[in-house]
Amino acid sequence: MAVKIRIPTPLRQLTKGVDLVEVSAGNVEGALQQLCAKYAGMDKRLFKQPGELNRFVNIYVNDEDIRFLENLRTPIQDGDDVSIVPAIAGG
Amino acid sequence: MSYVLGLKCRECGQTYPQKGVHVCELCFGPLEVHYDYVAMRGKVTRESIQAGPHNLWRYRDLLPIDGEPRSGHHSGCTPLKRARNLERALGVQELYLKDDSANYPTWSYKERVVSVAVTKAVELGYDTVGCASTGNLANSVAAHAAIAGLKAFVMIPHDLEQGKVLGSLIFGPTMVRIRGNYDDVNRLCSEIADKYKWAIVNVNLRPFYTEGAKTYGFEIAEQLGWRLPRHTVCPTAGGTILPKIYKAYREFIDLGFVADNQPKIYSAQAAGCNPVVEAICAGRDLIKPQKPRTIAKSIAIGNPADGYYVVQAVRHSGGWGADATDAEIIEAIKLLARMEGIWTEPAGGATLAAAIKLIASGRIPRDESICVCITGNGLKTVEVVVDQLEPPDSIEPRLEAFDRFIARHAAGEAPPLPVAVSTGT
Repeated sequence: MAVKIRIPTPLRQLTKGVDLVEVSAGNVEGALQQLCAKYAGMDKRLFKQPGELNRFVNIYVNDEDIRFLENLRTPIQDGDDVSIVPAIAGG
Repeated sequence: MSYVLGLKCRECGQTYPQKGVHVCELCFGPLEVHYDYVAMRGKVTRESIQAGPHNLWRYRDLLPIDGEPRSGHHSGCTPLKRARNLERALGVQELYLKDDSANYPTWSYKERVVSVAVTKAVELGYDTVGCASTGNLANSVAAHAAIAGLKAFVMIPHDLEQGKVLGSLIFGPTMVRIRGNYDDVNRLCSEIADKYKWAIVNVNLRPFYTEGAKTYGFEIAEQLGWRLPRHTVCPTAGGTILPKIYKAYREFIDLGFVADNQPKIYSAQAAGCNPVVEAICAGRDLIKPQKPRTIAKSIAIGNPADGYYVVQAVRHSGGWGADATDAEIIEAIKLLARMEGIWTEPAGGATLAAAIKLIASGRIPRDESICVCITGNGLKTVEVVVDQLEPPDSIEPRLEAFDRFIARHAAGEAPPLPVAVSTGT
């Protein structure tokens, strides 16, 4: 499945400024692995260890946090929008 | 001049100069302001603080600003009130309320963080400030931006209380209601901050913004006569204020301003949105995000960014957490009003109700000093009590009519004493 991954500012130095990266995968983990394969250093930013995201990395498929779906195993469809969003404060 | 050395990642220790960034480029961890505490020795003292202005800038040596304050000249220095009536009702010896429902100019603790963020935004050369907000932050950003002469964009969930919507609009910001909950708004703002080069106070100015929350803790200590309460009960939403109150206590201890009485800090949430309290009670570091369902909208944040640090501060201090149902929140709002003359919003009700439970369960001993953090004002959230209060009778303007009213009133039920929540578990 072809999906677009939205890259937040703190990671764009790795993608040379590119903010949308197209990959093809069946689930979120596959998509992120492809992203990591494409850009050196990405893996360390996103994953604490294989299969475990860093604490402050939030991943959304379309408008839903993957922790409300099936986490890294969340399936993705053609045209889905995957976003990487750092955790932020507020109130 | 200031004592700021720069920004430092809380997770991996990577350092950065002062600029509008909030996450570490290496590990995504949050950045925090790093001070030269050694240089403060002998220069920053109780006396130097006491010689400062009667507002939150009296603590400016411990805040991350380099130039002159741009707003907040009348913010902070809110009442720390001894709650004698509640002490009797709850059977505790020493209870204080730190009352930011009286904070100026928009009646919540947010004046503290926004005063610092707006001042920093000007220093860093921004002309537009913004925020993702459950209401109070939007009110404060709108007002302080007006004071500092900045443009303001405030983003809120679409279903906020009218008082919180009008409480921003009156100051003339551009307000956008987002069809989603706070966590959706927050995510959008993160992307907005990326794209439009604005100072979103709780996104790219977060390291500076959160430091302002320390002044709440500094004031508690100074107002108690340079000592700390043994137990502090604090609401948790995104997780900004609790770790910063704890940091304020630790800074005052380390600088020798107060004795180290091993202060304990406790997190209060609404039962309908309790991801942090749930993690504390389960002994977990991991926060499971939730979809909020509570009347306490100002603390309805299901994916708290700093939740992890709340858990760490609570655990490190030996504190605990408790939550309150919507019914308990309303009872506690009424109790606080009828015992202490303070009208707080549901976040304050949740905090008092949680404190009552922590006392009843023995987590907080009855014979030690306790401070309950009241961080917002009930006038902004009239919706939550409008159906909870008996509407007043109307009578003809004649004395006989009044006499009949008094006779009816005396025959009617005595109003129940609002102490129902005091036996909660």
